[in-house]
Amino acid sequence: MSVDGSLDRLKREGRIVVVGASLAGLRAAETLREKGFAGSLTMIGDEPYEPYDRPPLSKQVLLGRATADRTGLPRLRAVDAQWRLGVPATGLDMAARRVRLADGDEVEYDRLLIATGVRARPWPQEDEAELDGVFVLRTRDDAEALERSLAQGPRRVLVIGAGFTGSEIASACRERGIAVTVAERADAPLVGALGGVVGEVAAELQRKHGVDLRCGVMVTRLEGDSAGHVRAAHFSDGSTVEADVVIVSLGAQRNTEWLAGSGLGAGLRGIACDAGCRAFDIRGIVTDDIYVAGDVARSPHPLFGYQFLSLEHWGNAVAQAETAAHNMLSESADRRPHIWVPAFWSSQFGVNIKSVGVPSMGTEILIAQGSRSEHRFTGVYGYQGRVIGAVTFDQTKWLQFYQQLIETTAPFPPAFPTVDRRPEGQQPIPADFPDPSVPTHGPTVTLSGYAPDDRRLTFTPARH
Amino acid sequence: MTEAILRQIINYAHRADPYPLYEELRKTPVYHDADGPFVLSRYYDIQSLLHDPRISSDARNLKTPATANPLAAEADDETALPPSFLRLDPPEHDRLRRMTNRPFGPPHSPRRVHEMHGELKDIVSGLIDGIDNPDRIDLVDQFSYPFPVTVICRLLGVPREDEARFHSWADTIAASLDPDPGADTDERAKVSHNARTELGMYLAGLIEERRKKPGADMLSQLSTAGGPDGVMTTMEVLSTAALLLIAGHETTVNLITNGMLTLLRNPDVLERLRKDPNLAVPVVEELLRFEPPVQLVPQRTTLTDIEVRGVTIPKGASLWLVLAAGNRDPDRFEDPDRFDPDRGDIQHLGFGSGIHSCFGAPLARLEAQLALSELARRLENPRLLEDPPPYRQNAVLRGPRHLPIACDGIRP
Repeated sequence: MSVDGSLDRLKREGRIVVVGASLAGLRAAETLREKGFAGSLTMIGDEPYEPYDRPPLSKQVLLGRATADRTGLPRLRAVDAQWRLGVPATGLDMAARRVRLADGDEVEYDRLLIATGVRARPWPQEDEAELDGVFVLRTRDDAEALERSLAQGPRRVLVIGAGFTGSEIASACRERGIAVTVAERADAPLVGALGGVVGEVAAELQRKHGVDLRCGVMVTRLEGDSAGHVRAAHFSDGSTVEADVVIVSLGAQRNTEWLAGSGLGAGLRGIACDAGCRAFDIRGIVTDDIYVAGDVARSPHPLFGYQFLSLEHWGNAVAQAETAAHNMLSESADRRPHIWVPAFWSSQFGVNIKSVGVPSMGTEILIAQGSRSEHRFTGVYGYQGRVIGAVTFDQTKWLQFYQQLIETTAPFPPAFPTVDRRPEGQQPIPADFPDPSVPTHGPTVTLSGYAPDDRRLTFTPARH
Repeated sequence: MTEAILRQIINYAHRADPYPLYEELRKTPVYHDADGPFVLSRYYDIQSLLHDPRISSDARNLKTPATANPLAAEADDETALPPSFLRLDPPEHDRLRRMTNRPFGPPHSPRRVHEMHGELKDIVSGLIDGIDNPDRIDLVDQFSYPFPVTVICRLLGVPREDEARFHSWADTIAASLDPDPGADTDERAKVSHNARTELGMYLAGLIEERRKKPGADMLSQLSTAGGPDGVMTTMEVLSTAALLLIAGHETTVNLITNGMLTLLRNPDVLERLRKDPNLAVPVVEELLRFEPPVQLVPQRTTLTDIEVRGVTIPKGASLWLVLAAGNRDPDRFEDPDRFDPDRGDIQHLGFGSGIHSCFGAPLARLEAQLALSELARRLENPRLLEDPPPYRQNAVLRGPRHLPIACDGIRP
């Protein structure tokens, strides 16, 4: 493509199609224009809305401080695109370079960016999932419906799954004075992402804020009343909780079904791509014209043993989208790798939680600063003698330092003193991540094998 | 590179333009000579050390006492008060800063600074209205200086009738922070000590009153508010109030004066600001990069041996982080010596960074934005009468002592 100046032609009059009109899709489109792409740009999105921001949906929106329709993403520049909103893509013809849409239309491309993201994993029992008062939270519509029902003052809310989203929902409910029960299959909240040592602190926070937290249990059945509204949930320990709102927060599923049979390396774990964001086909050969970014992508990361990481992180979506857009318009020598260091944040129960690296790879943790009992601390995760991740509870400003340790593969445990080192920070302790062979809700970071071809992997359902 | 470079920076002869010296300094990113401090001048090094938990702000961790440090003494505000949170490490720092922030900023008081807007604007208008002779204005004495003191009085809740006394103590203390080399040092120390004592007594009395009858001011809230961290002791409130006064005052004077000086040297920007007061936002950010009111942080020390760019800085060493040099690091900012409010990327070190980043930043920003946009709007055809103007002695809190300007008149 680049030998005969066709890259210039692509920039001038090419056709780029972006499937997925959320954060990654929008930032990619903006970057394409910024890099001088003057051709036609088509944005395809299954939701009827222009790109909006999701983090506020489980925070400000549930608190009633902002309405869901006010979460539109700020535009960094004009993208001058044809928007096909409310029309999901249903298929891909790689040979003909065409995307099929749900309304029967077909859109041709010279370059395709797939940023279809993830959706909330629904409650597995369909009839129970359809009861009134049973929600998931992923989209603007989800948030709006849930907020409306919280505003009506439910007697008790049940949150199933204490990952980040579930915990944030519970936090918002408590802040609104609503009684909440949280059911978590693991021994504590957040253990999938942060391990048991930190999970214990998260559990303490929940209980301190009046959450009825039940760990080590599964919800076996949701029960409706005669009008079809949920009224109770039955637990694996034989107990029952009456609740008129149930939020199913069991992690996410990747939106790749529309690619089935297309020949692209897409599956339950996402779409495998190289570090330059180019998608693999099912043979494990990298494509030249199809790029992937955001939650749906999984790409090898040199800092973490070249494992394919799939990251449901806001910052990752932005960085990967920018890299994908840059690479789409670059000669191969000018392409850049996506080597973003994983980072995410959450705010719950008045605490600002932030993490860098891949804590879930860690086997040990050192509380390097502060104290778990004060709920203000910095935890550093170690893996095979190096620093692999870090988490802060209300100590965000130190995180940059630990990110540098991760980037420079600094030894673990760190051998130096710091300010605010407490007795509990003298020795590392086991980080206490759950046995990966025991299924739980989906952790934020999914680590999988080395092979780019998904279909040989056995998938353990990330649900209880 | 000569060993004299730090002395040159301190030397008053270079006060008007230390930037060539900083450029020289950046050539040796970790500068150290004899028993002096380790001096860091590159943007990324400073930025990362400000976030490094192996670095302490607590003078007790210094190997050699702070007095051996030629700048620490003049920047230092040695009183009988316990150290303020500026000079403490976590967890004490965090606790005191959190308690101080409770009545000042988010999450507990998200609207405090915003709600001072009208009051600040009135003070600015009053000071500009008070300019009687447009042919010769000393912007420092007539504007930049009184403005922030008045603001701090209002913030702390000093009664209006006491503001004049408060101003006079603040003047004396400020003068002692910025010694005139000709003056009698013993006499000055005595006068300054007296001012501190009187100010301390006055504030202690005010705190007592506020404890009994709290108002909406910060002093009341600091003395009475009981959050999860409890209530501050009287001594803690005193040292915090003193910190807010000194740190919030001297720096803002310089920000505004440096700002007007820079605008008068860049008349096109001044003219744009006159037409569009919203330009004040990027103008103030670029000022914080271009002419930061705090030129360097001289009070950090290492808790362990650390390595920066291959140089080992030993445990207990004194560090200088030269913010003003980092702000003009060409590795970080394109064309760094140009004042350009249109540069999209102004992630300056003017307010520091990390846990000690400027506590009063939101207020300082608002004060400077209001002051500069109003000065630009109301002064008709303003011009500098002296360039460079006479500077204050202080190399750390660097700024003009006087800024003589003239204009054709004052617009309503």
